[in-house]
Amino acid sequence: MSSSLLQSRVPPTLSFSSSIAGTKPQWRFTFSPAVTFTRRTKNSTIHAKIREIFMPALSSTMTEGKIVSWIKSEGDVLSKGESVVVVESDKADMDVETFYDGILAAIVVAEGESAPVGAPIGLLAETEAEIEEAKAKAAGAGSAPSTPAASAPPSPPPPAAAPVAAAPTPVATPVAADGSRKIVSTPYAKKLAKQHKVDISKLVGSGPFGRITPADVEAAAGITPAKSSAAPVMAAASAPVAAAAAPAKSAPTFAEIPGATIVPFTTMQAAVSKNMIESLSVPTFRVGYPIITDALDALYEKVKPKGVTMTALLAKAAAMALVQHPVVNASCKDGKSFTYNNSINIAVAVAINGGLITPVLQDADKLDLYLLSQKWKELVEKARSKQLQPHEYNSGTFTLSNLGMFGVDRFDAILPPGQGAIMAVGASKPTAVADKDGYFSVRSQMLVNVTADHRIVYGADLAAFLKTFAKIVQDPDSLTM
Amino acid sequence: MHSFISTSPISPLFHHQFQSHTSLTGLPSSPSPFSLRFCGLRRELLQLPQLFHRVSSKNRTYVSAAASSAGNGSPPKTFDYDLVIIGAGVGGHGAALHAVEKGLKTAIIEGDVIGGTCVNRGCVPSKALLAVSGRMRELQDEHHMKALGLQVSGAGYNRQAVADHASNLASKIRNNLTNSLTALGVDILTGFGSILGPQKVKYGTDNVITAKDIIIATGSVPFVPKGIEVDGKTVVTSDHALKLEVVPEWIAIVGSGYIGLEFSDVYTALGSEVTFIEALDQLMPGFDPEISKLAQRVLINPRKIDYHTGVFANKITPARNGKPVIIELIDAKTKEPTETLEVDAALIATGRAPFTKGLGLENINVETQRGFVPVDERMRVIDANGNKVPHLYCIGDANGKLMLAHAASAQGISVVEQVSGKDHVLNHLSIPAACFTHPEISMVGLTEPQAKEKAKKERFKISIAKTSFKANTKALAENEGEGLAKLIYRPDTGEILGVHILGMHAADLIHEASNAMALGTRIQDIKFAVHAHPTLSEVLDELFKSAKVNVDVSKPVAV
Repeated sequence: MSSSLLQSRVPPTLSFSSSIAGTKPQWRFTFSPAVTFTRRTKNSTIHAKIREIFMPALSSTMTEGKIVSWIKSEGDVLSKGESVVVVESDKADMDVETFYDGILAAIVVAEGESAPVGAPIGLLAETEAEIEEAKAKAAGAGSAPSTPAASAPPSPPPPAAAPVAAAPTPVATPVAADGSRKIVSTPYAKKLAKQHKVDISKLVGSGPFGRITPADVEAAAGITPAKSSAAPVMAAASAPVAAAAAPAKSAPTFAEIPGATIVPFTTMQAAVSKNMIESLSVPTFRVGYPIITDALDALYEKVKPKGVTMTALLAKAAAMALVQHPVVNASCKDGKSFTYNNSINIAVAVAINGGLITPVLQDADKLDLYLLSQKWKELVEKARSKQLQPHEYNSGTFTLSNLGMFGVDRFDAILPPGQGAIMAVGASKPTAVADKDGYFSVRSQMLVNVTADHRIVYGADLAAFLKTFAKIVQDPDSLTM
Repeated sequence: MHSFISTSPISPLFHHQFQSHTSLTGLPSSPSPFSLRFCGLRRELLQLPQLFHRVSSKNRTYVSAAASSAGNGSPPKTFDYDLVIIGAGVGGHGAALHAVEKGLKTAIIEGDVIGGTCVNRGCVPSKALLAVSGRMRELQDEHHMKALGLQVSGAGYNRQAVADHASNLASKIRNNLTNSLTALGVDILTGFGSILGPQKVKYGTDNVITAKDIIIATGSVPFVPKGIEVDGKTVVTSDHALKLEVVPEWIAIVGSGYIGLEFSDVYTALGSEVTFIEALDQLMPGFDPEISKLAQRVLINPRKIDYHTGVFANKITPARNGKPVIIELIDAKTKEPTETLEVDAALIATGRAPFTKGLGLENINVETQRGFVPVDERMRVIDANGNKVPHLYCIGDANGKLMLAHAASAQGISVVEQVSGKDHVLNHLSIPAACFTHPEISMVGLTEPQAKEKAKKERFKISIAKTSFKANTKALAENEGEGLAKLIYRPDTGEILGVHILGMHAADLIHEASNAMALGTRIQDIKFAVHAHPTLSEVLDELFKSAKVNVDVSKPVAV
């Protein structure tokens, strides 16, 4: 969108240039048919060497502009009236022309960035010799931009240093050594080379006929090719991301209730929150089972004096059942395979000071009930004093959660990521039970409910596991062996 | 739209045909009230009341079987047909339909396939490819998708399925055209047609027919400059490229006009890298300079495209013997060799050359100019002595006035108007043109330099008004704010001289301007027309409203 039509009527249409050689810049605005916007020095030593190209005001309402693209690159020779840069205002894109001949020494505001009206966006040197000086100035300008005290909002510090410092004096030898060695590079490779300031003449092409491909340039610039890696990453990550996005996005729409206090998550709570959201990506299902616990209760009364806890009893029973049903102890890590775990590590959910942690009883199937109880005590101590080592709370292969002591009769547990199943244990309560002959009796009964990952554990697997578990609990003598 | 229309009107058509053959052709009393337009083509059907043809005394023709074998030199007295059209492209088709509407007994001669370039090797299949490229481009633009809150991963395509979409569309449209001609009773004569003498045409090997009026509508073929060897596989023209047999990794496109530009849109969306070779100093030389500048910023720079301007492709050798396609460039002015490119494929999009060989023009003393048939503003063919050849017209690409399918059709209709007794001169300046890139480019009338030149010559002033798509609600809702509409007008009269649009759906938007130009509507009048909100059409609404016309609208009437 050039101003060429305006130009035809009054030649210097939109010219923005100024000198920073002098001391106090003076501003002159000329709003005649065309917008001439020039900043000059009072200083009469008019051999101004380095001039600023600054952000023009393209409309009366414009306060800052975005650089759409630099038409010229650093080191390009400019002549008066040539378009140098394209600026996007609040309304349109406009080409900005230079009012002076010279060399574009430094780009102060890079493409895609914004600057307030009047801020320097580039420097124009008169001769090649002054380019270095201009660059130094540009680097300095980055820290203290000579922003006019106009109505412009505080300027974001122009990121001068980066592009300037990286520019390897492109002017001195405008790559003329063309004939000697033929370099074939694809259009995109050339674009990338320019963008990442890679000297394409030094590359060896790996493409067809020895041509330099975009991948070659990216390799030279030390970038891992974005495309090839992006696709699989996207595929793998998209599911949890999608799941995470939903609650995250709806959060701001919750109504604010006056007087509410906001308490940020502790690290542990944040971890729980993260795990819970991750769990949404797993297709789970639940199977419940009633279990008569009279025998277990009797056993518990017997072994309690020896320091055995109900948790240890249940963990042991679960571990023994898992030995017979390894698939319930497995996990699905990638959505494509079963990971059968070598050991049976029972994680047990424990509520701790407003948090939740799952100490792990490792090899619960191998340890005897007494050792297991011993181990459990240690873990609970450590958990209270926050001294659990990571392997002591994240190595579980199956989780047990027991709310029975609170009188909860049944509940539904969320499957922790990375595991195949979790068992929720309710309270054991006297219940009227009919036996197979139709005789009623009152027995202690608890409801267990297992949540499992249906990608690997199917209904029949879980039913079989629960049947085994119930058998062990109802005939618990094997637990003490 | 593309389906064939109900069968009820067919019976009168058969009747019409029957009457023609029994030499009782009469003129239908009224023009067809039922007409449809699609894809720049025209299809018209007669309605029931015309079942009973009035036998009119004038213009009645009798078929004389002997006429064709009569002596060669003098024009026959009676004719096989009122109108014979050589070439069944879009131009010939448009003319034929209009001729039927005017009651002319019409035949159309086609040596290849009905539909010509547009339907088979041009506009139609390319639109299918561009529909694919537009969607691919959108799906691949993560930033764009994200801004809309969409997540898409791994957009891909199946080349053969894309190619099939294009060829299926072409055959569907071709069938529609053929059906519309036969249903209306236009005789389709198969074979190459040529002119034997005044009002006498040969088709096929030895069929001779006579016609009161003849229209040449033979169209054009891709122009391949000399030195370029087209093998149809690695060095191709648009004819081959539209079949999409390969998607090369790197393709050079010779010529950056609308054909080259559209193909660059297709190829880059499908993953190719593109190198443009343009003989002029600027890319997209045919467009308004401001539009081509913006187009370069939107359609070229951000894509995997580079370019060489001011150079000719002096020699292009197809890939063979394990070597890539080799393109030797020379400076357009000095003719010095500049560079040699090695690419996977080259598309020659250097324009189109008229297809007028073997037309028998020498039999009527007509000399082509660079292959084009010379015509006057009424499409009447001019012979070597500068005299009009009676009853011979040439429309479409073959006359080179404006090489667009819909221009050919409009010229054909204009000719039919004339031969059926009504003078008509087509205003070519009101014919819009479009380039279906993403976003699209469209234009009608003069470019800014042309308007300036005309203004200087005729001593009037021009003004320019511009609006941006960035200010349009609908464009912003679509997240497609990139675009510009530009109006060139006379501030003293409010006359629209040209409108140029780059932006979403520009090809559809241009018609408000082109219709205004065709009807002579002035800015001071059209600016009061209401546009639905929010629509892209408001871009033009705002454009007209922002123009400053110094006409005193309510001029006091002298008493």
